Amino acid sequence: MIKVENLTKKYSGFTAIKDISFEVAKGEIVGFLGPNGAGKTTTMRILSGYLPATSGRASIAGFDVFEQSLEARKRIGYLPENTPLYPEMRVNEYLSYRANLKGVQGRKVKERVGDVVELCNLKEKERAIIGTLSKGQRQRVGLADALVHDPDLLILDEPTIGLDPNQIRQVRELIKNLANKRTVLISTHILPEVEIMCSRVIVIHQGQIRASDTAENLLKNHRAAGSMRIEAKTGGTDGREALLALPGVKDVTEEQDGEFSVFNLRLEANADPAEAVMNLAMLRRWNVRELARRRATLEDVFVELTHSDS
Amino acid sequence: MKTFLTLLEREIKSFFYSPIAYVVLFYFLLLTGFNFYSGASFLNRGPTEITVVEAFFNTVIFWFPFVLIFPLITMRTYSEEFRMGTFETLTTAPVTDWQVVLSKFFGVLFFYIVLWAPSFSYFAIFQLITKQQAANASGAYYGSYLLVLLIGMFYISIGCLASALTKDQINAAVISFSAITLCFFAGLLTFVMNITDPTLKDINTYISAVEHMGDFSKGMLDTRPVVWYLSLTVLMLVLNFQVFQYRKWKS
Repeated sequence: MIKVENLTKKYSGFTAIKDISFEVAKGEIVGFLGPNGAGKTTTMRILSGYLPATSGRASIAGFDVFEQSLEARKRIGYLPENTPLYPEMRVNEYLSYRANLKGVQGRKVKERVGDVVELCNLKEKERAIIGTLSKGQRQRVGLADALVHDPDLLILDEPTIGLDPNQIRQVRELIKNLANKRTVLISTHILPEVEIMCSRVIVIHQGQIRASDTAENLLKNHRAAGSMRIEAKTGGTDGREALLALPGVKDVTEEQDGEFSVFNLRLEANADPAEAVMNLAMLRRWNVRELARRRATLEDVFVELTHSDS
Repeated sequence: MKTFLTLLEREIKSFFYSPIAYVVLFYFLLLTGFNFYSGASFLNRGPTEITVVEAFFNTVIFWFPFVLIFPLITMRTYSEEFRMGTFETLTTAPVTDWQVVLSKFFGVLFFYIVLWAPSFSYFAIFQLITKQQAANASGAYYGSYLLVLLIGMFYISIGCLASALTKDQINAAVISFSAITLCFFAGLLTFVMNITDPTLKDINTYISAVEHMGDFSKGMLDTRPVVWYLSLTVLMLVLNFQVFQYRKWKS
């Protein structure tokens, strides 16, 4: 559905994305992950036909986004960052306008608007003036707009930003429901969202793709393999050094909690030094209050992939 | 075509969403009404060769609101879309750049025609009440309104271009106001300066809106101003198109 080859975008003075390539197959929900300024929005804007690339190619359903821009744009439902809308229009009026603009046939406009209003839970607000809506409602109007011409591909740029937890849940449910017959590219920096919704994750940082895989595989294969926490009465002061010497331990921090020392161990990939830690504790006659292992989360992977050289 | 009409419909509607439109309509009616009144009472002073139509279209009170109106009705066209971010939703819909540029231009032009439409009734009412002709021939009406339309098209295209240059409406208004007054006053040079060089005089006559109106309101339709204003309008729209693409690609 989406094919991106060696795409580069330079603004005067800096390169927003460098030579990125990826593909999204029909029916996939792909999470586009990256810190602010990583190039997510730039990539999405190029795909939606808003910006031209400096070099490289991108196509939507086989149509080049630059050469055959109109054909490509017809197939995309795009929700830009911050959901720009005309505040003076009514919800249904705006949606019919957008449906007409996107080439929905005259008779079908009403039907499509009705469908998306239903789908996005806007029935009560159908006649409301957009300027009077809350942020969550506006977001749903934006989504309804992206959906109104029944596109094959949805490109959503941070659809849940600035919403409260209930609204986030609503929008998330909505996107999940939409997904079954569509391809979705969604950018976010809210990590649980990606784990819940997406079949694949593309991590982008400093304009380059750092990883592209399912969330599980990312967790399994990436260097951030989790951490371990030990609370013990050590009696001595060299506990930290002893733990650091164990195989598979990358880093140790130590804090005091009354008589107890609290150690946080950062581990290497696939390392499980629990046994070694217990042996050490027994050998040194530490009084262990807690020994806990924390599995790596997507957040660890994210930090690992995007922290290194920023 | 359907896309263009959809865009045009929104442009026209967007005028009537905002209170500015009604304020402009009100004051414009007030000023043209006053202009008509003062023109008619001027003719009351004694016998003259001037017709009511000429008296209406050739006064300072006519030109003053005429020149002022364009920044007000064009400043929003693009600036507002840039400021709101709706420029992005607009240009990522399957619309061509020309469709957008032309729909904005014709949207303003439509509102401009709505502004002028009531003034026609002044002459009708005048004839009804006084049982006298407001003009010597119907050509005077065609000429005057045709020129109002032509100059309007040119000044609207300047205003649209100015609005496409900035995301601030006030900047847009200042740019178009400066450009339009410059164009307008360039045609007044022979009135304020003592120009003797015949070539300069000719050039001035050729570009002067006031001179054109003097002829057209007598019913003398000259094709030169028609070509002049139409080609300038096209030039401005082409520039507008270029700026539009430039802004789209740079943002």
